[in-house]
Amino acid sequence: MLKINNLHASIEDKAILKGINLEVNAGEVHAIMGPNGSGKSTLASVIAGKEEYEVTEGNILLEGEDIEELAAEERAHKGVFLSFQYPVEIPGVSVTNFIKTAINETRKAKGLGDMPAKDMLKMIREKSELLEIDRKFLSRSLNQGFSGGEKKRNEIFQMAMLEPKLAILDETDSGLDIDALRIVANGVNKLKSKDNAVIVITHYQRLLDYIVPDFVHVLLNGKIVKSGGKELAHELEAKGYDWIKEEVNA
Amino acid sequence: MSLKEKLVSSFMAFEDTVDVHSSVHDIRTEAIKTFEAEGFPSKRQEDWKYTSLNSILKQDYSVFPKHENDLEFKDVKKYFIHDIDAYKIIFIDGKYASHLSQTTHDGLDVCLMSAALTKPKYKVIIDNYFNKIAKKDGLSSLNTAFSMEGAYINIPKNKVVEKPIQIIHFSTGNEAAVMLQPRNLIVVNENSHVQIIERHQSLTDNPVLTNSVTEIFANKRAIVDYYKIQNDRQSASLIDNTFINQKQESLAKVHTFSFGGKLIRNNLEFYQNGERIDSTMKGITIIGDKQHVDHNTLVHHIEPNCESHQDYKGIFDDSSTGVFNGKVVVEKLAQKTNAFQANNNILVSDKASINTKPQLEIFADDVKCSHGCTIGQLDESAMFYLRSRGIPEKEARALLMFAFSNNVLDSVKIPEIKNRITKIIANKLGVNIGFDL
Repeated sequence: MLKINNLHASIEDKAILKGINLEVNAGEVHAIMGPNGSGKSTLASVIAGKEEYEVTEGNILLEGEDIEELAAEERAHKGVFLSFQYPVEIPGVSVTNFIKTAINETRKAKGLGDMPAKDMLKMIREKSELLEIDRKFLSRSLNQGFSGGEKKRNEIFQMAMLEPKLAILDETDSGLDIDALRIVANGVNKLKSKDNAVIVITHYQRLLDYIVPDFVHVLLNGKIVKSGGKELAHELEAKGYDWIKEEVNA
Repeated sequence: MSLKEKLVSSFMAFEDTVDVHSSVHDIRTEAIKTFEAEGFPSKRQEDWKYTSLNSILKQDYSVFPKHENDLEFKDVKKYFIHDIDAYKIIFIDGKYASHLSQTTHDGLDVCLMSAALTKPKYKVIIDNYFNKIAKKDGLSSLNTAFSMEGAYINIPKNKVVEKPIQIIHFSTGNEAAVMLQPRNLIVVNENSHVQIIERHQSLTDNPVLTNSVTEIFANKRAIVDYYKIQNDRQSASLIDNTFINQKQESLAKVHTFSFGGKLIRNNLEFYQNGERIDSTMKGITIIGDKQHVDHNTLVHHIEPNCESHQDYKGIFDDSSTGVFNGKVVVEKLAQKTNAFQANNNILVSDKASINTKPQLEIFADDVKCSHGCTIGQLDESAMFYLRSRGIPEKEARALLMFAFSNNVLDSVKIPEIKNRITKIIANKLGVNIGFDL
């Protein structure tokens, strides 16, 4: 599904990603872990198409197609979804109106008409129940005054509505209490299938108790320096990152 | 011959068409003298520093359009708020169009200024109200000098007017260029409520210059809700002079939606003559190309315990220019005044500009006055957020612009107007998305 080859990316001439290789197949869950500043969020933003980042070398293939030249919305139309670490507050746009617009614009890009209002409502009801989101919440301005937990649940609600092929969850666990974490993880697990893939970016192993990865990668200084199974996450939790740094430097 | 000379010399011809032996005509005669002395404003005047009329005054306007123009309702229906029952006072090239109108004398007067200015039964009202609060500057005086046609609305005491009143001025473009000077008088008596919608619409690309004067009197506990929809073609310019005199406990609200036109200047003045008065003025301006919109507001707090609220949003694209000049005067007597003013702007293009200037003159010591203006750009992180969800750049931009301005619509009391405005905005921003409210 996703194949990243020797990806180098920089922002304002500062190199952040320095040769990432990663292959994610349908049906898989990959965790990317690493200390602060290692490039995790940059990798997520580059895959999603944030224009501030410049890809200086390498490429990103989505189902065999190089997506480097595609705008963020075109990548979304092809099934890429990024759950933001810090979802942006947008006063004046309601959650419902936002998601309706997102779905209908995605349909338009695929040559389909607007989703009938009845189907839209039904889908909104189902998916908001899945994430235990109150209906009143949906008429509020997007992310404005939301608690950390509400913001993250809203991200996964959007993911549920948009049904992406490739979901990237950037620090979705940060700012969540244990109940919210459970709800969010449960939502992600319900959405998982053999046809889609999930990349979980996290600092801590905590979220990975709920969303169990098939592969764990350690990102350090813009490179994936170690990959393994889910047990690698436990090892990192127990021992921190220093031993890996030493291994790399050795 | 300059436009000023042409207008001054046309006054004699105008006099042939009206009763010169009336108190109204004395006012007109006085007014043409003022116009002759003052002329059109120039950029040397502080209030006109950022708005030049030069380019629009160069046209050779016909000042007395011929009355041979007709329109069918089906051709102009889209300019009406047609999905509600309303009184209608419609003009075509400055002349009353009875077949498009729906006036009344049944318990209230919704009719024509020409009738009010000439018929004896209106004389008392005209003597008491006509030209009593209009400014005596060049532009308003010019309108006063040629005052003849427009809307006359008089609501008696204790009357809640259920249907809104629509005033629409069409110009057909049957003449190369035309200048219109509509004059409206609106008197709302004690405890009465009225909603009014005003629009100026040209139907071709021939130049039109409208210099309109509206006097509104909101008497004790009256409620006046006024909507100005400015979405004309870019060949049309509008100078709107609106003066509102409020008595105690009255509430007057003016919403101005400026999307179209070549040049628009809104002179909007509120005078609070009584206690516990509320004056509200709000506006959304979304323009592009070389359009220019200038909001010049004044709230004059004269007595204690009153409020005023101003909230203007502006979005400027291409080489468009905006001006906001908001003046709040609080007299020494006007203690416990609450006056709020906000003007927020987004410049979408590098070539667009806005000049915003709050002016507070406060002579009382126990008041709450605030003002704030901002000029910014669209938030790039919000853009990426929307686009990452599949909303294309243009639509994302439109959604953010709408979100930026839509709190102004919260106070719009007529849902059909709200719908119409959101449609105009979507159209203006070139997108086909619903902005659910």
